[in-house]
Order: sequence, then C-alpha cells, then structure tokens
Amino acid sequence: MTKPLPTPVKKNPQKRSTVPTLPPVARSRAALGLAVAAARGAFALQHCEDCGAVQYPPRDACCKCLSVALDWRETDPTAKVLAQTTIRVSPDPYFRERLPWRMGSVKLAAGPVVVCHLHSEVVRGDTAEIVLKLDKAGQGVMVALPQKGSEHMQDDPMLRAMSCDPRHRRVLITDARSPLALPLAKALLGAGATTIFIGEPEDWRNWEGRAALAALENVDLLPLDVTDTSSVTRLAAEIGGKVDILINTASFLRPGGVLGGDTVFARDSMETNVLGLMRLAQAFGPAMAGRTADGVNSAAAWVNLLSSQALAPDTSFGTFGATQAAARSLSQTLRAEFSKAGLRVMNVYSGPADDEWHQPLPPPKVSPSSVARAIVKGLIDGLEEVACGDIAREALERWSADPALFERELRGGGS
Amino acid sequence: MSNAITDLVSALADGQARIVDLTHTLDPDFPVIILPPEFGQCARFRMEEVSAYDHRGPAWKWHNLTLNEHTGTHFDAPIHWVSGKDVPNGAVDAIPPEMFVGPVVVIDCSEGAAQDADFELTPDIILAWEDAHGRIPADAWVLMRTDWSKRRGTDYLNMHNDGPHSPGPVPAAIELLLERGIRGFGTETVGTDAGQGAHYTPPYPAHYLLHGAGKYGLQCLCNLDQLPPTGAMLIAPPLKIKGGTGSPLRVLALIPGETT
Repeated sequence: MTKPLPTPVKKNPQKRSTVPTLPPVARSRAALGLAVAAARGAFALQHCEDCGAVQYPPRDACCKCLSVALDWRETDPTAKVLAQTTIRVSPDPYFRERLPWRMGSVKLAAGPVVVCHLHSEVVRGDTAEIVLKLDKAGQGVMVALPQKGSEHMQDDPMLRAMSCDPRHRRVLITDARSPLALPLAKALLGAGATTIFIGEPEDWRNWEGRAALAALENVDLLPLDVTDTSSVTRLAAEIGGKVDILINTASFLRPGGVLGGDTVFARDSMETNVLGLMRLAQAFGPAMAGRTADGVNSAAAWVNLLSSQALAPDTSFGTFGATQAAARSLSQTLRAEFSKAGLRVMNVYSGPADDEWHQPLPPPKVSPSSVARAIVKGLIDGLEEVACGDIAREALERWSADPALFERELRGGGS
Repeated sequence: MSNAITDLVSALADGQARIVDLTHTLDPDFPVIILPPEFGQCARFRMEEVSAYDHRGPAWKWHNLTLNEHTGTHFDAPIHWVSGKDVPNGAVDAIPPEMFVGPVVVIDCSEGAAQDADFELTPDIILAWEDAHGRIPADAWVLMRTDWSKRRGTDYLNMHNDGPHSPGPVPAAIELLLERGIRGFGTETVGTDAGQGAHYTPPYPAHYLLHGAGKYGLQCLCNLDQLPPTGAMLIAPPLKIKGGTGSPLRVLALIPGETT
C-alpha cells in the first residue's frame, strides 16, 4: 500500500528553497530512443529486423547477429521481478536527496533482463508491468509498476518524481475565454489540483461563460493577456512563485491560406500563438524552473496546446498552420532550456476543434472536454507528446512515418 | 507690444484662460470597438520595450508601439468611411492645419444618458440647446457630453447579445448639424455613433453623413463636463500619417478661466 502524499504545508520562509538537481543525463545516441518512446507513453525496445532479437540496453548493432537493421517497436511490457534491492547511500546529489531508493532486475516476457526502478508495491517474484518514463533529466528510464496498484499508487515518491501529477499542485490556465478553460479547470480540480488560476484577457469586454468559471471553488480569475507584455509580467510578478503547472490555452485562429489571406489576421495569430508563448515563458519560466524541487507542490510542467497542423498545414488554415509550426519550434527550444531544471514541456496536439471556426467542417472534431482529459492524463503519465483525438493521432503517425508523403496527402494528392 | 497671441499667452499665464485635457491615457486595457469576429479588428494599444538602460541600449529607454489609427482617444478623417472615400483632402495628412484649432460647443446629454444607455441626440435637443445658447456657429466642433467617459470595465462598451448600448445621434440630428456647417462632431463613447447605430437608416449615420460631407469625428473624449456650452476653443491635430484614415491624438480645450 502506498501512503497518500501529505497535503503540502505552508513553506518556512526562513529556509532556502531546494535547488533542483538532476539524475545522470548522459546517454548514447542509441539509448535516446528510450526517451523518444517514453515521451509519448509507449513501451518500445529495439527489435532486430534480421534475426528478430529484442535487445536492451539499446545499441548500434544487434547483440545476437550484429545487424544494424534495428527498429524501435512497441513491446510486451510484462516482466517477472528477479531481484530487488534498496539503495541507502549514494554519492549522486539527485539520489542522495531521495534515499532510500528501490531498484531491481526484471526479466521481460520479450527476452531481455533489465535493471529498473521499483515501485514500492512491487516485490521479488511479482509479475510487473514495465513502463518507460521520462526522469527529471528528461531521459527514458524503466519503472516496474504493480499490475494492480492500490488507490494511492500514483503517490509513490519515485513515480511522482517521474510524473507531473496535478494532485496538490497549483495550475495557471492562461486564457479563460478558451472553450477549454471550464472543462480543464474541472478536470484539474477533479484530479486533486489545489488552486486554478485562470487568466482573463480584456476584462472590459463581457463574455458568456465567465459566471460558470467564477462560480467554481478554488478558481481565481486574474487579468492576463498574452499579447500584452506588461500584463504578462504583472501577473508573473504576483503569482509566478505559485504556478506549478502552466497550461497555455490562448489561441487565435482565422481561416485562410496565403493567397487571399490577410496579413493583419496572420499577425494577430502570431502575436497570440507564438509571441504570446514566448512572453509567458520569459515571465513565468524562470520562477518555475527554479522551483522544480520545491516539495510536494513543486513546479512540474509547461503545457502547450497545438494543432496537428504544427506538423503540416491544412492549407485552408495556412497562416494558422504557420503559427502552430512556429509555436512547436519554440516549444522545442523551451524544452531544451527547461531540461536543465527538470521542468517538463508537454505538447498536446489535437485536430479541428468543435468550435465556431471549424463549424462548417464535418466530424470528427475534438471536444474541449476530451482535450481536458488528455491533458490531465498526459500530466499524470508525465508525457511530452500527446495526441488527442483520431485526427491528431493519425497525423502524428503518418507524419512520423513519412513527412513528405503526409504533406502531399494533406494537399489532396491522394485519396 | 501685444497682439492676439501675446494676449492669449498672458491669459494662460494669469489664469484667465485654462487648458483642459480631453484625452484618455493610451493604455493596453482601454476598450476599442469590437466588430463581428470574421471582420478585421482594431488593434489594441501595445508597448514593447526596445531597451531600458540595459544591454539593449545602455543609456536610453524606448518602446515600439502597436496600435490602430482608431485606438484610444482618436480623430476620424473623411476617408475613414465609404461615403467620404473621394472627399478631397480627406486623409489626415491632407487636411489643412487650420481645421485642427477652432471653436467648440458642448451639448449636455449627460442627464438623459444616465437614465438611458441608448439615449439619442435628436434635432429637438439641438434646437432647445440653440434656444438657450444661440445658433451653433459655422465651422465649430460640436461635442456630445454624456459623461460616458466615467464608465469603467464592461460598462463602457456596454456590450450585450444584441450589440453595444451607448448614446449617440439620430440621422436627423447629424443632418441638422450639417445644415449648421459644423467642422466635426465628437463623443465620449467608443465611436461617434450610438452603440445601436447599425440599426438606423443610413446605418452609422454620424460616420456616414459626417464623413460624406467632408467633416471630422472625435471619439473616446473625456472631461467634457469641464467645458462651457460655448466660448471654448479646441486643439485637435492628428498625426500626419500618409493616407491616414484617422489618428490617436492629444485633444486639448482652451476655456475661459475663473473671472477675478
């Protein structure tokens, strides 16, 4: 049984906040494949295309036949726990702060024997589920989870360090006017978030839905406009030290391609979707990066909501697609910049939303509540790349397989 | 040796003439007109710091600004509206500078506007004002005082599901003002037209009729409650923007000071 995490107490103002440390970062190029799979929540290992061997740790050639035709494939995650140990002393600063730490060796059904982190409910002889998780250094590591965990299994300190669970955390949703704001606030509160700050742009312009948000308990509506640097820096000055998870819901979309498009609308979309992200990152990022080891309610994640058009545009939304590609590129820089502090950047991709701008389009469309669920699940699982809905999932798959073919498909070259 | 200018300068110095600022501060949070979302929108006022005595410029601080010609307290030129697109000298850079300094009269509608957000300036109100203060002089600015500038937050645009509700002139009132040969018409609201001005014939009568006749508009004014009904002078020069349809500007009024 995992004990539930204690409700965080108010900080002692005479104590220095804990400076973030990271577990070992260095990996071979081959081993980075573990992080790629962990980032999207998949359990994948190298499979040899010639002899069929499944190998771990990842290498540049097959350990059985020396073939270099190695393919990362989803693999059966069940394993038998062979041995367990508890580490009580470590010279590594990250692990020193978290001792004791349990590790063990497991025999995967797929073949390899793996040394991995053990959940507190997993013991020798168990059949466990092995998952790939991103650790604080952003590297893929193996974790043995119980096949049927207890109610609070997510509160295991080792697992919590690998997740961005909203439980006991304070979240900033940047744009209250987004149709996502209400279902997202409810989903986060349902997942145990303590406070939801919601940014409200242009409080001089009334809007439907404000009352429903304002009526929620533990929700604070605060002035925030991502297109206005002074507004962003003002709010960061006020609450920047209390934001554990930031979810950027600000988005500006107008249909239109390049020819016949409108540079004023394009500029408005860039202001919100690209420069807005940069302003938020500059204002809120440093404080969040400084608080990733700040107790139970430490800063944990930065969430960007992107359209799958970030990968390749639907040409009838050409300028919007350009902003999504630009925002995705910024998110990758941000991910590198935040990685030194162990602050996770999660990109959630979705297809056309069920909103006024996609009204003439046929289904399937993504509902705000399904995006909200995907965000909360992605945070709990500690992911970096999340696809929400069939369109985004398929877009990511096809784009990963062949970007040039995917672009032609979207252009209407194949049916 | 004294002349009209030195007389004015000494009147300002000794308090016989006073300056009133009719301008709102350019502020990111000041409302702008809201159109249906499929139309292009008025840019909000934004400032981005270029440097602030730092590595980007060690001894100086300055900002880049983003705004529309019609953001904040602003001037409307005739070419702003389709009816005025062919008016000669209808852009802000072509308007003769004499038009930027001139007489101003104020019609006080504040009591009515306090009772009714859709309060209308009608010919009857103008004629009653003339009974009290004399005929509106030719080439004068006419300002409609509503005290709307004292409203804050959502009360300023007063937007509802059927559109904004704020006071303004009926078409016949603008026609009467044009008969008087006015220079322009100004308001405290976000536009020279009523919030519901789209529903008159012609729609947006102040914009349509004034600009069609080559007249000017001023909106988002404040401090009109400090102006006398007659006897004041308005200074309202827009920025000299090539082909500009309007401009944010500082609007000043010269009014008689306390009599000693």
